[in-house]
Parts: sequence; C-alpha cells; structure tokens
Amino acid sequence: MLEASNLDCLRGGRALFRSLSFALQGGELLRIVGANGSGKTSLLKILCGLLSPEAGEVRWQGTPIPNLREDFTRHLVYLGHAPAVKDDLTAAENLTVACTLAGRTASPQQAREALESYGLAANDVAVRRLSQGQRRRAALARLLLSAAAPLWLLDEPFAALDAAAARFTEELIASHVAQGGAVVYTTHQEATIGAAALRVVELG
Amino acid sequence: MIAAARCVVRRDLLLALRRPSDVGTALLFFVIVASLFPLGIGAEPNQLRAVAPGVIWVAALLSSMLSLSRLFAADHADGTLEQMLLGVSPLGVIAAAKVFTHWLVSGLPLVLIAPLIALQYDLPASLYGTLALSLLLGTPVLSLIGAIGAALTLGLRGGGVLLSLLVLPLYVPVLIMGAGSVDMAAAGLAPQGQLQLLGALLLLAAAFAPWAIAAALRISTE
Repeated sequence: MLEASNLDCLRGGRALFRSLSFALQGGELLRIVGANGSGKTSLLKILCGLLSPEAGEVRWQGTPIPNLREDFTRHLVYLGHAPAVKDDLTAAENLTVACTLAGRTASPQQAREALESYGLAANDVAVRRLSQGQRRRAALARLLLSAAAPLWLLDEPFAALDAAAARFTEELIASHVAQGGAVVYTTHQEATIGAAALRVVELG
Repeated sequence: MIAAARCVVRRDLLLALRRPSDVGTALLFFVIVASLFPLGIGAEPNQLRAVAPGVIWVAALLSSMLSLSRLFAADHADGTLEQMLLGVSPLGVIAAAKVFTHWLVSGLPLVLIAPLIALQYDLPASLYGTLALSLLLGTPVLSLIGAIGAALTLGLRGGGVLLSLLVLPLYVPVLIMGAGSVDMAAAGLAPQGQLQLLGALLLLAAAFAPWAIAAALRISTE
C-alpha cells in the first residue's frame, strides 16, 4: 500500500533521519517512536506529502505520491499536530467542513452521532469555549466518518485525551486495522492497540 | 470540487460573520484614510474634486492590504490549511474560493461605500457609476494579487511588512487604470478603454492567480 524508500529528512541543517525505508500493507499498524525532536512529525508530513523529503520517495500503490496528488489524498486521513478545528465554529460545523474538504459527505445526523460517540454534545457552543481535550475529541471525530479512507496518519492522537476517550480512539484504530486499513501513528503514551500486526519504526 | 469551494466560501463567510470586527476594521480604515485628505490638503472644492479618484483608490488599496495578512495565517496556525492541502479538490479551486470570500467581505463593502466618500469630495453624481464600476472591477484584482503575496509570506517573521513591499508595487497598474478611468470620465472623455483594461486584468488574474497562490502555499508550508 504505502512504501517509503530511502527517506532522508533535513530540518534546519540537521539530519533527522537517513535512508529510512519501510513498506506498509493493509491491516498493519505502524507506530513511530522516538524522542522529542527526532522527526516523528516530519516523517508523518513526508508520508502524506506536506513535506518533501531531502532524498528518497514515498509511493502509494507503486506510484510516487507527488505524481498522484488528489488521487492519493482521497485515500488518506491526516490528523496533524494542530487539531485543524476553527475556534469560531461549532464542533459540528468543523466536522462537516473537514469531511467536505476530504471529499466525503457527512449529513448533519452523521456528524451529530460521530460527535456524540466521542462524548461531545452537538450544540451551538463554539470550539473556542471547549477544553483542550474536547477540542482534540472534536478533531478525532473525523475518524468515525473516514472509515472509507484506507490510510490513517495520526500525529499524537492520544495527546490531551482522558482515559475513556483514549481507549475509544484505540478501539477505533484497532477496528480500522482489522477491516484492512493501515494506520501510522506517533505517541508518547503507552497505548495498547489490539492489532494483529504492530510494527515499530524507531527514529533518532 | 464545487462542493468543496462552496463549503470554503460558506465557512469563511460564517467566520467573518462571527468576527464582524475584522471586516469592520478594514472598512473603517478606508473611510478614515479617505477622510484625512480633505483635512490635510484643505477644503478647496476644485482641488478636492481633482484628487478624489486617486485618493479613493489609494485608500481602497491600503484597506484591502490590511486584511491580507490574515487571509491564510489563521488557517495556517490552526492546521486547517493542512487539511485544505490534503483535500480532494485542487488547491487552486480552494484558493480561488478563499480569495472570492476575502473580496466579498473586504472589497465589496468598499465598492458600496465609495459613492458616500465621493460625496465628501464633491464629485459630480455622474461619476459615481464609473467610480463604483472601476472599484468593482479593480478590487477583485487587488485580492487576487494580494493573496499570492499573502501565500508567499505565510509563516515568515515580519511577514506583514514584507507583504506590503511585495504587493504594493504590483498594485500600480490597477491603481493607474482605476483612478484613470474616473479622471477620464471627469474630463468628459469615455472611460471605457481604461475599464476594459481593468476587466482584462481581472480576467487574467482570475485565471492565473489561483494556481500561483496554490504553488506559493505549497512552498511556504514546507
């Protein structure tokens, strides 16, 4: 599915990693570990095409991703370091916008259900008034509506979440992998995701 | 693709509606700058009539400049820009939608309020049409060109100043033709030539600027 070959990453004149190669199949879970500043976020950004590697390339189904662009991104969910929610919109509005941009249609009903299963009431409260953890939940609710996208790239999905929400996210990831999806994620928390094939890439 | 563009326009309008002060600031800035000139150069009606088109156009230019730096910066900061870059519709389409909304909230109000400013300068009522039309054709060009600069200076320290240095020179043709058309009409000549040139500029900018903005966004988010 996703193949990284000989990736080099330079940030600010410093080499974060060199000749990093791995291949990811459907049904596999890949965890990127490493200390702060070891290039986990950079690697995720390279994998989704937001950053171009210094050398090497990322291939999706055998084709380099810069050649695919929208044909690659439609198969992808990327949850970045910033939660990608607008402070002045409500959680439901944010979710609808995110789904539309990703080319998926989410009915108000679906959006409400997704938010409720993440423990957020779909009311008129702007995200600005929510706590950090609730904001994160509002961002993660996207995953519930993105089962159709095979590849999930999640940067610190468990950050700022309480135990219940973290467990719910773990289950979500596990079930996505069980259904043949591929998930790449970074975390500092000790997450236990019940997946058959867990692989680890260590940076730094 | 159309759905994504419509969604971005709707979202940005909603955001502008929830933060009306942002829109109000640019409009108020336009009114204040245009009102400062009569205080500075004296209230001699003939002189005011002569400088009116130029002053109104320069004020419009500066005011549209003012809101540019926020065009992509907020989306960049909260991560929504990344989601746009990774969206399924071409980035150029999203950029066009964003610029269109920027014009709706910062350019269109100028067009509507310009006759009121013109009144202050004792511009003959027969020129209001030309003035409004020139602004209607010109302000979208300002938004389109400005957005390229905003995308290029995204995330830079001191980007705001750099943005004005980058973009203001590019505004010159629009200023010359915009103010020129009103001057022509004031001299009793047909302003059509200048207006048509403005229209041509608008078409050119609308066709190419979105792709330039998209390329600039990809460069500056790296």
